Amino acid sequence: MKLYFKYLSILIKSQMQYSTSFILLSCGQFLVPFSVFAALYFLFERFGMLKEWDFYEVALCFSIMHMSFSISECCARGFDSFSSLVVRGEFDRVLVRPRSTFLQVLGSKFEFTRIGRLLQSVIVLSIAVLNLSVEWHVFKVLTIILMTVSGIFIFTGIFVLAATLCFWTIQGIEVANIFTDGGREMSQYPLNIYKKWVTRFFTFIIPFGCVNYLPLMYILDKKEGSSVLYMLSPLYGMLFIIPCIFVWRFGVKHYRSTGS
Amino acid sequence: MITVEGLYKTFKVSKRSPGLISAARSLFFREYIEIEALKDVSFKIDEGEIIGYIGPNGAGKSTTIKVMSGILLPDRGSCSIMNRTPWEERVEHVKNIGVVFGQRSQLWWDVPVIDSFELLRDIYKIPGIEYRKNIAMLTDTLDLGSFINNPVRQLSLGQRMRCEIAASLLHNPKILFLDEPTIGLDAVSKIAVRKFIKRINAEKKVTVILTTHDMNDIEALADRILLIGRGRILYDGDISGLRNRFGTNKTVTIDYDESSRKPQIEGTDLLSWSPERAVLFVDTQKTSVSRVITALTNQYELLDVTVENPPVDEIIAKLYKEYEI
Repeated sequence: MKLYFKYLSILIKSQMQYSTSFILLSCGQFLVPFSVFAALYFLFERFGMLKEWDFYEVALCFSIMHMSFSISECCARGFDSFSSLVVRGEFDRVLVRPRSTFLQVLGSKFEFTRIGRLLQSVIVLSIAVLNLSVEWHVFKVLTIILMTVSGIFIFTGIFVLAATLCFWTIQGIEVANIFTDGGREMSQYPLNIYKKWVTRFFTFIIPFGCVNYLPLMYILDKKEGSSVLYMLSPLYGMLFIIPCIFVWRFGVKHYRSTGS
Repeated sequence: MITVEGLYKTFKVSKRSPGLISAARSLFFREYIEIEALKDVSFKIDEGEIIGYIGPNGAGKSTTIKVMSGILLPDRGSCSIMNRTPWEERVEHVKNIGVVFGQRSQLWWDVPVIDSFELLRDIYKIPGIEYRKNIAMLTDTLDLGSFINNPVRQLSLGQRMRCEIAASLLHNPKILFLDEPTIGLDAVSKIAVRKFIKRINAEKKVTVILTTHDMNDIEALADRILLIGRGRILYDGDISGLRNRFGTNKTVTIDYDESSRKPQIEGTDLLSWSPERAVLFVDTQKTSVSRVITALTNQYELLDVTVENPPVDEIIAKLYKEYEI
C-alpha cells in the first residue's frame, strides 16, 4: 500500500510537468458528463418521472456512479491502458520486479484529469441531496460512501478483466467498453427501469445493482423489509474484484507461457 | 551459480498472408506456424564470469534471457539460478538479478532520475544504509552527479544508459543481464559503460550476461562466449578459441620507399596497393607471417610493418555463415 502511494506521488510529479495540459483536460472532463447531466435534466423536464423515480433521485444515482467511475478511472488507469504496456513490452519489466503484478500495473498510470469529472459529480450530488425530501442521518451518508467505494471496486474489476483480455489479443479491444462505459451509462439510472434480464445481469454477474438500485431503495426510503441488507448490499458488490484478480492471475500465467 | 539444462521453447505464431480477403479469413481461421525458439539449450555459468551471449537476430537470445529472468516458462528443461527455478519463485528470484533492456527504459520519463531511484528503493525494499552506500558508489563511478536531478527525458542517450545501469544495480543483484547496453552510444559513453561493467564485476563479483551485436563489447568484456543460432548453442568458449578456429588469417600492412612493383607472394592476396603502401591478406594455413615478411624485406625498403588479427566481426560473420544461421 505504501508503494502504491509512492507510485502515486511520482506520477503526480510527472503530471505537474504538464500543468497547462492537465488543467485543460480536467476542464474537458468536467464538461463532458455535464452535457450528459443536462440531457438527463431535459428528459425529466419533458416526462416528469421515470417509472417511480423523480429527477433528484436519479441525479443522486447518477452522481454516485460517476464519482465511482472517475475515481476508478483515475486510480486504475494502469489496467485501462494496459494494452499499451503489453505492446511496448513493458510488462516484462513488471515481471522482473519483486512485487505483485497487480500492484505494479495499478501503479503504472494514473489519470489525474478525472478530477474534473469527479468535481462535476460532487456538484450534482450536492444538488440532489439538497433537493431530496428524505431524512438524512449518519447511516445514509455511510451508505453513500459505501456505494461509491463499491462502485470503484466494480469498475476496477471490469478494467482488470478487460486488461486480461489483452494477453490474448495484444490490442485493447473495444468490446470491453460495453462493460466499462456501457456499465457506467447503464448504472447511472436505477436498474429497475430496464428489462428483467438486464437487471439480473447487472445484479448477479456484474453487481451494479448492489451499488445503485438496492442501496438507493434504502436511502430513499422505498424499501420493504430489513434495511440492513439494503444498506450493506454494496459490500457484495466489492466481492466482484476477487474473481477478477483470479482471472488476472490466470492471464499472467498465460502470458508467461506464450510470451506474446 | 547458473545451470541451464535442455531448455526447449516453441512459440506459436499466427500466419498472416497479405491481402484483405485473407486478413478477413484469418479472423476466423487462424493458421499457426510453430517456431522453435530454443532447442536443447544447456550451459553452466560460474559466479563472477562475464558471458558474451551472441547470435543473429531471432536466434533465441532474448528468449533465453527471458527464461533466466523468470519472465517466460520453457516447454521443457530445467534452469537453476542460485538454487532457484526462476519461473517458479519469480519474486524471490528477481531480487537477485538486475536487468537492463537497452532499448526500453526502466526509469520514469518525466521526473528527476533520483526520484526513479527512490521509487526503485521502495519496490525492492532496499534498506536505508545500503541504498545510500550504493547511490554514492554509483553516482561516483558512473559520474551521474551532474544530471541526477534532471528529468530523464532531458538526458542524452549515454547519460540515460548510465542511469539505467545504475538503476539495475541499486539492490545489489548477484547477476546482471545486459541486453545491448551500448546500442546507439557514442565512443566515450561506450568506453565508460564497458569500464564500469568490468569494475563491478571485479569488485562486487557480479556475474554479467551480456547480449550485444557490438563485437568490441565482447572483446573488451567477455571471458567467455556463448553463440546461439536457430535455438541451439553452437559455440561455448573463449575468444581466442574462436580465433583459432575461424581466425586463422592475418592482415599485413607495409609502408615502404616508393616502388612501382606490386608484391606477389604465395599464400597471400593483395587487398590494397599504392606506391607507398600495401595491405596483404595472409592465409596462415598456406604460409606463415614470418615467411611473408622475409619475402617482403627482400623486395622492398620497408619503413613500417603492422600485423593484425582480422576483426572479430568478420569471424562472427564467418561463423554465422558456416552454421547457416
